[in-house]
Amino acid sequence: MGFLKNKSCRQQITDEHRSCQDAGRRAFLKKAVKAAAIGSTAVVAGCQAPGLLGSKEEMALQFQEYFKAHYRLMTEKERDATIIRLERLAKLQKGVDVQISSKGALPGVLYGYGFNVTRCEGYMECVSACVRENNLDRKSNTQYIRIFEMEPGQMAPNAGNGKFFNEVPVDGRFYMGAQCNHCDNAPCIKACPTKATYREPDGIVVVDYDWCIGCRYCMAACPYYGRRFNWNEPVVPANEITRKQHYLGNRQRRRGQMEKCTFCVQRTREGRLPACAEACPTGARIFGNLLDPNSEIRFVLENKKVFRWKEELGTDPKFWYFID
Amino acid sequence: MTQKSSVRQLFGFMTDVARWSLSGGIGYQLFLCLLVVFMMLGVFAYLVQWKLGLTVTHMSDIVSWGFYIANFTFLVGVAAAAVMLILPSYIFKDEHFHHVVIIGEVVAVGALIMSMTFVFVDLGRPLQGWHILPIIGLFNWPSSLLTWDILVLNVYLVLNLSIPAYILYCHYNQREPDPRKYRPFVFISIFWAFGIHLITAFLYEGLPARPFWNNPLMGPRFLASAFAAGPALITVLLAIIHNATTFKIPKQTFNKLRLIIVISAIINLIMLFSEVFKEFYFPTHHSLSAEYLYFGLDGHNSLVPWIWTAVSINIVGTLLLAFNPGKNRPMVLLPACVLLFIGIWIEKGIGLIVPGLVPSPLGEVVSYAPSWVEISIALGVLALGMFVVTILLKPALIIEQRFETNNETV
Repeated sequence: MGFLKNKSCRQQITDEHRSCQDAGRRAFLKKAVKAAAIGSTAVVAGCQAPGLLGSKEEMALQFQEYFKAHYRLMTEKERDATIIRLERLAKLQKGVDVQISSKGALPGVLYGYGFNVTRCEGYMECVSACVRENNLDRKSNTQYIRIFEMEPGQMAPNAGNGKFFNEVPVDGRFYMGAQCNHCDNAPCIKACPTKATYREPDGIVVVDYDWCIGCRYCMAACPYYGRRFNWNEPVVPANEITRKQHYLGNRQRRRGQMEKCTFCVQRTREGRLPACAEACPTGARIFGNLLDPNSEIRFVLENKKVFRWKEELGTDPKFWYFID
Repeated sequence: MTQKSSVRQLFGFMTDVARWSLSGGIGYQLFLCLLVVFMMLGVFAYLVQWKLGLTVTHMSDIVSWGFYIANFTFLVGVAAAAVMLILPSYIFKDEHFHHVVIIGEVVAVGALIMSMTFVFVDLGRPLQGWHILPIIGLFNWPSSLLTWDILVLNVYLVLNLSIPAYILYCHYNQREPDPRKYRPFVFISIFWAFGIHLITAFLYEGLPARPFWNNPLMGPRFLASAFAAGPALITVLLAIIHNATTFKIPKQTFNKLRLIIVISAIINLIMLFSEVFKEFYFPTHHSLSAEYLYFGLDGHNSLVPWIWTAVSINIVGTLLLAFNPGKNRPMVLLPACVLLFIGIWIEKGIGLIVPGLVPSPLGEVVSYAPSWVEISIALGVLALGMFVVTILLKPALIIEQRFETNNETV
């Protein structure tokens, strides 16, 4: 990862320093929030048997969650408070200890993605890695990534076959993936009536799940089928939950919320690859910092024959297909 | 007039209106009860949807908008169509329309309430609805067309409630309303009527992701079909009022409405023909949605019978109204209006929304038909709209009638 190597030690030190501070402040706030929750529980419940306290605490936390602001408008303190509430709710509802990060975009980073059409052989390891990493709903079988089996002459995923059950690779066929293109000029962002979906400074198009009202206008606006809606309450078995989470990434979604690929924000902002790129057995998936001239994605853009899907729409995707 | 007496007057107006809306013959009471039953059915279905999520609908990630949004789109048109009565009666001082303009305005209110309810029941997280409100939430205006639509629909609702309320209040007190007080708002409401429907069209027209919608004819065609379907509904409603109440509607009103409907329906058919020509003379990848709608695609042809029914009854209704074989007899006129109304409802509802979303951007083709929950909620919303129209219209007609008879005797 080019951009990782380039990250200066100084930056790393300040990051660690910050996260230490964060941890201290969070630990303090955690106690405060717990106290507040118990306090409001007392108000809500009067003097109830201690056995009921769990669910009452849950109610109190959800009550506080209801009134929180849009993520972008929250102060650091408010962000910490909501994260503590969400972590506590995960513990209460699922019995799972999760760590939710609110790490912001790294300076000087703009993420880009390359998909090697020549290399992909349709194993779909990326799809299952994505499902596991991002805690996608197992009940409705939500998947951010779709792989299409293509006949020669076809050059856009929508022309291919998205429902192939044969052994791969098949001679004479090739494979193309489709997922959120993280457009620089994203139609979904323009459409959203509440600004719940927006572009982070590192170019990732995210959804503030808790701000989304579920109108699905973004879904109609997306030319890449990059968005998924929670028609039912999403189900992820407790032992399969990925615990390292991000507020804008793989944390627990709720019924009625829109969600989408976030380039695995919880991983990539820590300097790791997105789960799909890491899982790919053929190395067909390239990810990196577009602003770093030494990154792999820049090498691909400069030396390979790249193209983008539906270029004519002017959405300016940061997802390139390329041919070896 | 002292402050106190005007307050008392207003209070008397309110209580009389409430009394008149809810009292009536046994038939009237039964009708209201029936509407309440359907509303309860809608509430029950909505509770099911509330409990389980939108998964109880037949919508999916591919057909992400369905029956609710289809009805919303159509009803905005019905609301806008009130302008076809408002414009001639207030601006051209047409006496035959002036006599019934209040009915058009009440229909607009009912249609608006229905269309906004349809958007509300379509929301995945209605409790978070406050996130869209300006100031306390984030109102993505002017970027999002949905915020434009919310804005124009609410202002149109206020206009269509307050103008008739003022005029009725004056008539209730047996005095002529002051045109200086309401005429400016009438002008605004006329422009606004075009605005609500154009902006609703822009909601779809502005999406390059959906070639079936991304079509500059959408706005004008919405207006033409609305100005056919809306007055067709009002014609039927006027006939019902004429027969069921003592409020009589002059023949000339029906004749003039027929002309409006015919002209709009013909323009609508011309535009429909133009769209069909574009899609099928030289079919491109962008014509797949139209192919799906008119002929079916990959074995998915659930919309085919609907759209052909819609097109046929559209044409039959338009021809009947244009050539007028019944010589304005209601026996022919009213069924023609009903045919036209249903035809436009199918074509502009399900026939517009679903093909816009199919094939999906990934080329996938699926079928869609509303689930029992969607149908029940839609019936409930329809009953709500009819209820609103009924209880607003009843006192309005009583006040108008009293005012007219009083003026005649003077």
